[in-house]
Amino acid sequence: MPVWRGWDKIKYQAQLDPAFAEEVASIPGGEKLFDCIQCGTCSGLCPLSPYMDFTPRKIIAMIRAGFKGEVLSSHTCWLCASCYACTVECPKGVKITEIMYATKRLAIREGVSPKRFAIPVLAEEFFKDVESNGRNSEGRLIMKLYLRTNLLKALKQTSLGLRLWSQGRIGIKADRIKRKGELQALLKSLEKEHMVRSPRDTSHAGEGK
Amino acid sequence: MNYLYFPGCSLKGTGRAYEDSILSVFKGLQLPLEELDDWNCCGATSYMAISEMKAFALSARNLALAQKQAHSRENCGLVTPCAACYLVLIKTQKYLEEFPQIGDKIKAALKAANLDYGGKVRVRHPLDVLANDFGPEKLASFVKKPLKGLKVACYYGCQIVRPYAEFDDQHNPTTMNRIMHALGAQTIDWALKTRCCGGSLTGTIQEVGMRLSYILLREASRLGADVVATACPLCQFNLECYQKQMSREFEDAISIPVVYFSQLVGYAMGLPEKELGMKRLFVPFEFTPVAEPAKGGVHVGI
Repeated sequence: MPVWRGWDKIKYQAQLDPAFAEEVASIPGGEKLFDCIQCGTCSGLCPLSPYMDFTPRKIIAMIRAGFKGEVLSSHTCWLCASCYACTVECPKGVKITEIMYATKRLAIREGVSPKRFAIPVLAEEFFKDVESNGRNSEGRLIMKLYLRTNLLKALKQTSLGLRLWSQGRIGIKADRIKRKGELQALLKSLEKEHMVRSPRDTSHAGEGK
Repeated sequence: MNYLYFPGCSLKGTGRAYEDSILSVFKGLQLPLEELDDWNCCGATSYMAISEMKAFALSARNLALAQKQAHSRENCGLVTPCAACYLVLIKTQKYLEEFPQIGDKIKAALKAANLDYGGKVRVRHPLDVLANDFGPEKLASFVKKPLKGLKVACYYGCQIVRPYAEFDDQHNPTTMNRIMHALGAQTIDWALKTRCCGGSLTGTIQEVGMRLSYILLREASRLGADVVATACPLCQFNLECYQKQMSREFEDAISIPVVYFSQLVGYAMGLPEKELGMKRLFVPFEFTPVAEPAKGGVHVGI
């Protein structure tokens, strides 16, 4: 697996990945990616863009130019809270939020999502919980998240957790569905369709192109 | 019309007060909600970041279950109070219709689980049902304790109005305001009503998420709101539960009740506070109605 940390401001054509834009644009309706006029409406609207390493406008430009490593290992897509403000206002109908999702999935598949960064960890834990129980249990999810990322923060949040617990708003019991077999049959059948692409992660087998 | 109810994980967890109030309000309005049997996770934001197809499959199972449970009713309404669930269920329906390659795969997956979805379920947000099916006029007739003098900041958040919802305006939603007016409350003119609260970022990158929520609360208080009304469990959680930490972080004492719009509806209907989950709030909601100005006699000059 290539290491993509750090990025070069200047890249030679041979260092770029021309297939990357196509890969991202293969999501339903993703072809609009090529209509982007770089107006910056998305970045201007995005409440998270001040915290991103590359703003949404820049990420689109980088995807189209083929800066695969820089895009996938950046924090940008993980900071997207999917409020869809960019998507609704884009004058060219680019599905920016969906593109952010596509880069999240690619980053996890390629194993280059920022390490010990809480957001992809949350996504992974959430996915695992739902896969096995059919439902997500908020209390357990938060606990696992802190265990994997930041124990100190877990301690700092104890009083909040206790207060929620006393109000009956959080628990540690796992919530499960009754007909787990039915759900597993459903999810399994999507895995069969495509062979697993990356040995590191088997959860993307259903991702069609 | 009969409605089924899809709670999702939050309404059984941090959003318990939302579930309490929605169920009792709907019961009080003679629109009892029947919970969807054996529902599973909707496949919301975090799940979609790993596999979109599986997220669609999860939603499709819920839709298929709803269709089955609706028996012979032609069009089944699936009431979905959580904004993330609402968005994912609608997104799934749209994608199944618009992209046959996805529709075929999901249909095959459903078949493998002995399920079938024929597209007959209508996903509805409680705001949509109350403002558009039931109507503010009828709602007003149920009001026993009008919220006279209460200034409410109606906060819609992002996912119930963007990008798929059709029940309200994406830029300037008004359904919640109309409901609040029916209850006798005032609403403040608030430009931030659809601005992002930070979503799950308050749990992950807290500094960032908390700041977004703080901006909303600061603006609501500046405009003189007595209370912020929300329609999403995550928005409510973000805006309410971190107020102490915000006061510390931004050196600005902030304390404003943040309630679910349904709690205010129930309150105005005179439902017992216990049934509305009022005790589950961090910042208690207290309200004393403003007395009507006395109508004195007309002064007649001699």
